[in-house]
Amino acid sequence: MKKSLAIAVSVIAAPASAGTVTVTIPRIAVAEYHVPYVAVWIEPKAGGPARTLAVWYDVAKRGNEPGTKWLADLRTWWRKGGRSLKLPADGVSGATRAPGAHRIAIPANVKPGSYTLFVEAAREDGGRELVSMPLTVPAGSAKAAGKTELGAIVVKSR
Amino acid sequence: MIAKSLFFTTAALGLTVPAFAHNQWLLPSTTVLSDTQQSVTVDAGASTAPFEPNHNALSVEGVKVWAPDGSMGAIENAARSKYRSTFDVKIDKPGTWRIGMENGGISGSFKVDGEPWMVGRRRGPPAGGPGAAGGARAGGAGAGRPGPAAAMGPGAPGGRPQIDPSHIVASVDDIPANATDLDLTETVGRNEFFVSAGEPSDALFKPTGRGLEFVPVTLPTDLVSNEPGQFRFLVDGQPAAGLEVEVIPGGRRYRESDGTQKLKTDDQGMVTVQWPMAGMYWLNASLTDAKPGNPKASKRRMSYTATLEVLAP
Repeated sequence: MKKSLAIAVSVIAAPASAGTVTVTIPRIAVAEYHVPYVAVWIEPKAGGPARTLAVWYDVAKRGNEPGTKWLADLRTWWRKGGRSLKLPADGVSGATRAPGAHRIAIPANVKPGSYTLFVEAAREDGGRELVSMPLTVPAGSAKAAGKTELGAIVVKSR
Repeated sequence: MIAKSLFFTTAALGLTVPAFAHNQWLLPSTTVLSDTQQSVTVDAGASTAPFEPNHNALSVEGVKVWAPDGSMGAIENAARSKYRSTFDVKIDKPGTWRIGMENGGISGSFKVDGEPWMVGRRRGPPAGGPGAAGGARAGGAGAGRPGPAAAMGPGAPGGRPQIDPSHIVASVDDIPANATDLDLTETVGRNEFFVSAGEPSDALFKPTGRGLEFVPVTLPTDLVSNEPGQFRFLVDGQPAAGLEVEVIPGGRRYRESDGTQKLKTDDQGMVTVQWPMAGMYWLNASLTDAKPGNPKASKRRMSYTATLEVLAP
């Protein structure tokens, strides 16, 4: 029911985005695996503030050590803009994702132009990786890949 | 041994700071926090290589905490162990905090009826400041480099006149009215680090226009190893041009060289620091001039020390 409603909305409101970014979280064979915190953001090539497209963290964890405590471990995102983002942020923040490919829409109101796309992942008891790639909006096709904490990152026009 | 006697000589005369000084350092557990529900825990010590606890603990009784909104915070859980002291600071307000010590005093020599006297064996925060009882500080002026705190040493070897312990006064106010040949140095030092919770703020970096001041252009909790850090130094509100700034990375014993960078400020008092790696850095600058605040002193020695955390990009 929910699904068909979503499809109906997207048909009416198309184009709903300026393209998509697919982020792959690799499966990592370790005894103690925790899903990573991931941030995806863009920065205008010519300089200017970063815009966060997605941040996945332990939203549900409260108490003494809430999930937000470790957001600064996404250290580049934190410095570039994460720290000024009020969380939870509608359409931007969400729960951590399991290994696999996850698609993020580039919002339709991102102005056409040249950007750098950044994807940063930090994993508890694991590593941290930052991948960046050029991005043009509206999006053409582009690809990059991480080596350790991130897999393929694919940009598509829709 | 040679080094030691030289130390006592220079210290007793209150002249210069020995080059083999033990550096005083504050080492915070972290400097970037994502919320206001956490604490930083801090080590404080004095040793040749910054952050290596192998010589002396630093007294933390004079540590002050400036919260981003201008209010004063407090330290918690202070403890002194053999080679370092520790304390915690609750970072419960958003913005950039300033945590450290300000110390000052006046030391030097004078004469009464031709007999040599000394002032300033005790060091502590500036007069009137909290915790003014200096006592057994680990090496002096609370700034990065110890001042002539070793004046209690067993006289001065090497043929120098020995100062009778009864000829040492604690403060400049105790100098008798008939004193002559005053040779006094005012010492002002600051040793600090910064912590940001959430978005950093620069409210605490507004210069006061007094003494040697550190005015960051790159915010000190925003440092990354692939971007240079830029800082400005001011003396009495004016650019401190040509000031020597020393920058030493921690982790000395895992390297062949101490990695010390000796930099100089430009005409605008600006220094640009390249970071060879991520990690904790110890930054120090000192300057002596002839503009003391106290009319009895003839020289003013100012020193500034900061611990800076540089993250990997």
